[in-house]
Amino acid sequence: MWTEQELLMILQGLWETIIIVFVSTFFGYILGLPLGVLLAVSDSDGIKPHPLLYKVLDVITNILRSVPFIILLVVLIPFTRAIVGKSYGTAATIVPLVIAAAPFIGRMVESSIKEVDHGVIEAAQSMGASTFKIIWNVLLAEARTSLLVGVTIAFGTILGYSAMAGAVGGGGLGSIAIRYGYNRWQPHILWPSVIILVLLVQFFQILGMKISKDLDRRRT
Amino acid sequence: MGEPIIKLENVSKTFSSLNGEVEAVRNIDLTIEKGDIFGIIGLSGAGKSTLVRCLNLLERPTEGKVYVDGKDMMSLSNRELAIERRDIGMIFQHFNLLMQRNVLDNVAFPLEIAGEKRAAARKKAEKYLHTVGLSEKADAYPAQLSGGQKQRVAIARVLASDPKILLCDEATSALDPQTTKSILELIKDINRDLGITVVIITHEMSVVQEICNKVAVLDHGSKVEEGTVEELFRSPKTEEAKKLVFSETAHIRRMHSDRQIRVIFDGKSAFEPILGNITLELKTPVNILYANTQTINGNAQGEMILQLPPNKEIADKMVEYFKEKNLGAEEVNYVD
Repeated sequence: MWTEQELLMILQGLWETIIIVFVSTFFGYILGLPLGVLLAVSDSDGIKPHPLLYKVLDVITNILRSVPFIILLVVLIPFTRAIVGKSYGTAATIVPLVIAAAPFIGRMVESSIKEVDHGVIEAAQSMGASTFKIIWNVLLAEARTSLLVGVTIAFGTILGYSAMAGAVGGGGLGSIAIRYGYNRWQPHILWPSVIILVLLVQFFQILGMKISKDLDRRRT
Repeated sequence: MGEPIIKLENVSKTFSSLNGEVEAVRNIDLTIEKGDIFGIIGLSGAGKSTLVRCLNLLERPTEGKVYVDGKDMMSLSNRELAIERRDIGMIFQHFNLLMQRNVLDNVAFPLEIAGEKRAAARKKAEKYLHTVGLSEKADAYPAQLSGGQKQRVAIARVLASDPKILLCDEATSALDPQTTKSILELIKDINRDLGITVVIITHEMSVVQEICNKVAVLDHGSKVEEGTVEELFRSPKTEEAKKLVFSETAHIRRMHSDRQIRVIFDGKSAFEPILGNITLELKTPVNILYANTQTINGNAQGEMILQLPPNKEIADKMVEYFKEKNLGAEEVNYVD
């Protein structure tokens, strides 16, 4: 049914996809987590309100979020080339994915942090906790289950975006599905690629929710 | 006169919002002495919670001065304020425990904030958990505890910072009467054994009677009355204070439309058979609608609500008689 070459290609694609998604999610959080914390903290009901900072971050986040990913991919080509040396392949896919994911992750982090009970923050303030201590030990620690759900969502979304990157010569299963499955209409390549992608999302969704639930101490 | 530990001078707090300005606290002067259990009572919306937050600057007053232990709180830098706050513990109506930390780590939290290593902090936390009688719950999470247990953990957490002052913001309002009593007992013990000054915010007169020695009544952001709890219980002067003091017997007075009088007995008046005498003297019986004895600040106080006879002349005479006997008598006809 499949030639050895095709199987190898699909396996290679799977491996690339996993790399792309993991690395992109990781760097997405390197940028998005501080962004989300700053958004939550500097908002008018945050622990250190700073209207100007909030407005600036808010606008930048919204602009980046509203640019369609496929456009971002193209627009970022010179930037990608400057960073990884070329504009196609696995590494080159990661750059636009991180740029697209960071503001989205930032918003999710912001919303997770804002779910933390204000009373607990107040209690920490009444104990003389510094802003850093409150961010680390109260906001992030108390929001951890919600943050983990966010990671799971980010993971699935980035996986979806990574397939789009295939359209402009990125790596991974999505790229294979588009190039072989769609462009050359080879269903026996298209469907396995898609099914593996679906299974991948399912697997990490279930894993993420389970970890998040196991870590939640609010249930008796 | 004890030594003042908290002093407010002309403190006001105004919140500005889109709908205009709200003056939550207005021109409050208040002195709380070392070792006091000071009650601040008022109906909801009276500004109590804002006022208590002005003591540790969780709310920064828009006007006035706040002195704690002689320090001008408003002049402190953020870092100095953080250190000062470690001397001012606070417990809350909804406990505000860290839900993702177990009980022991919750108690250790303020020690970690103060820079102690986690292991050392835990060791000390065990001691405070023992003080509040919850040693066996060290590994439990707050979600597994009852309300009373949660408040005990919150108290242990406060004790861990070795504070001079404990602020209680409606700390028993979410608890049932039995649990309320046990938490108040614990607070009383802390006050007596550790010499911690306590400030209690509440809307319940029973809490003030149970535990406080002094009380201030707050209404619409202003202090309308202040004194010892006995004074307030015996003869509340302002309408707002009367509302609070008489609220516990409102249901009894609501049932009867005739004139009623509230009489307070204490140790001094308990020797004379006043009710007997008045009945004999005026040849008219009085009807006791309500009678209760409570211990206020260590002294037994009797409270009675009497139904006055329909004859206006005799009723007036009775009122006069009770007033003469200095029984804190006051007509308390129910007006809704």
